[in-house]
Amino acid sequence: MPYLFLAPWFAGLLFITAGPIAASAYLSFTDYSLIGSPEWIGLDNFQRMFDDPRFYQSLKVTFIYVAVSVPLQLAFALFLAMVLDRGLRGLALYRSVYYLPSLIGGSVAIAILWRQIFGSDGLLNQVLRFVGFENPPGWVSNPDYALGTLIVLNVWTFGAPMVIFLAGLRQIPTMYYEAASLDGAGKARQFFQVTLPLLSPIIFFNLVLQTINAFQTFTQAFIVSGGTGGPADSTLFYTLYLYQRGFGNFDMGYASALAWFLLLIVGGLTAINFFAAKYWVFYGD
Amino acid sequence: MAATEKLPDRKKKQRPRWLAHTVLILGALLMLYPLLWMLSSSFKFTEDIFSQTGLIPERVTTGNYPEGWTALPRDFGHYIWNSLVIVAGSIIGNLLACSLAAYAFARLDFRFKKFWFAIMLGTMMLPIHVVIVPQYVLFSELDWINTYWPLIVPKLLATDGFFIFLMVQFIRGIPLELDEAARIDGCGHFAIFWRIVIPLSVPALATTAIFTFIWTWNDFFSQLIFLTDPEMYTVPVALRTFVDATSQTPWGPVFAMSIVALAPVFGFFLAGQRYLVRGIATTGLK
Repeated sequence: MPYLFLAPWFAGLLFITAGPIAASAYLSFTDYSLIGSPEWIGLDNFQRMFDDPRFYQSLKVTFIYVAVSVPLQLAFALFLAMVLDRGLRGLALYRSVYYLPSLIGGSVAIAILWRQIFGSDGLLNQVLRFVGFENPPGWVSNPDYALGTLIVLNVWTFGAPMVIFLAGLRQIPTMYYEAASLDGAGKARQFFQVTLPLLSPIIFFNLVLQTINAFQTFTQAFIVSGGTGGPADSTLFYTLYLYQRGFGNFDMGYASALAWFLLLIVGGLTAINFFAAKYWVFYGD
Repeated sequence: MAATEKLPDRKKKQRPRWLAHTVLILGALLMLYPLLWMLSSSFKFTEDIFSQTGLIPERVTTGNYPEGWTALPRDFGHYIWNSLVIVAGSIIGNLLACSLAAYAFARLDFRFKKFWFAIMLGTMMLPIHVVIVPQYVLFSELDWINTYWPLIVPKLLATDGFFIFLMVQFIRGIPLELDEAARIDGCGHFAIFWRIVIPLSVPALATTAIFTFIWTWNDFFSQLIFLTDPEMYTVPVALRTFVDATSQTPWGPVFAMSIVALAPVFGFFLAGQRYLVRGIATTGLK
């Protein structure tokens, strides 16, 4: 009987999830271009990966993006959640306004908007020229700044973790703050000794989730760089490179090797996160 | 004495409140400015977009909308239709398949239930990029590339673990006594599922439907991969060809169609904020 209810899910697991994971493991040891059948080449794809400068570049870009944008995003999210959690009027309105960008941040329309805002004649540079900068750089066309614009875009979508922080802050009993302030703890001390420890499971949850999300960023980089990962591969995200190999060059074996490596990285980072959590995440009772 | 003690205290509380509103309003304006600017630019002449940063257009035109609507080989309505078919199929798929699986996980006993549940949670963290190549091979063997199927069939097979998880949490909150009463009245599991659990799960189902709409509508990666025939393009894929087709991007019409692409999301956002915020607070979906 349970299996009748679970039949669609089992079929999905087999054909759409687990089967393809196994298949991509197999394909990663083959040379396969969709035409003909996969040809077994052993570890060649992985060897090739470690000789491939664009592979390293895409790893670098992705790691910088994750390492910079996720902490910034969480910091903004926590700051605004704390400001909002003071019983202010208009909470629902503020919350909605801040949440909206995270709902649409991954869409093509917003990536197009970004491409214009940070273009050489874009909104940002018009403002900069207006306030007196003669020659502002073309942000998305300059390899030094292009990744930065995508980081800004990701930070802009801090609303989703903010809403989760807000829900978490609600759970902290006010009596803890009252007790702390009776003991003479100031605002800063209360933050570090009450808020942070009690919120740490939520911070951890957001950290894991946003890290996994950030690793999968694709649309923004694809649209802003016109699919190239440029300028000079400065926005060649890992997933974008995987797309180029697999669906631009139909180099399916190599793309599968890249995909498996991604799975190892994301899985490994999540494991590290969980391991490190023992030392800083505080589960009361 | 008591009054004089309380007075400075109250004053202390008032000041940060005023400060907080100022910070929040400034922050909100900064967050929304790009969106408002895009909306206003969609009513400006393209040459004015580059010379005027203000939100109020000096010269207003509605011409960008018809121009953008007809700029691609097919009317924009054609791409909207393609998107809507995929969205509708995905919503139906997610509602049916995920609620069935959720009922099993929340209410039934079977072997290795904890194991399967853990697997289900694990799939939520799986990057789509890991499975996309074999999926592509599979769907191209089935001759499904450039059809709606690769985008709808996975939803009919409950592959969005988030929604199963959301519904499991919700169904666990429905009192078991209702199931027992129904069982005494002679209901089997399907009857309990259909006549008790489903009607009581409307908030969770609505959250699922709204998020499925927004995610599928905004999705780009899988639509880009599975739909390469311009006839089959969806709104995001069509928008992308719009900016990449010409070296001189016609920003006015592009922004007009971007607004058209975002409008349904805004609509759902305004109508379903409560569901959206509650859904995200409990499960962390975007």
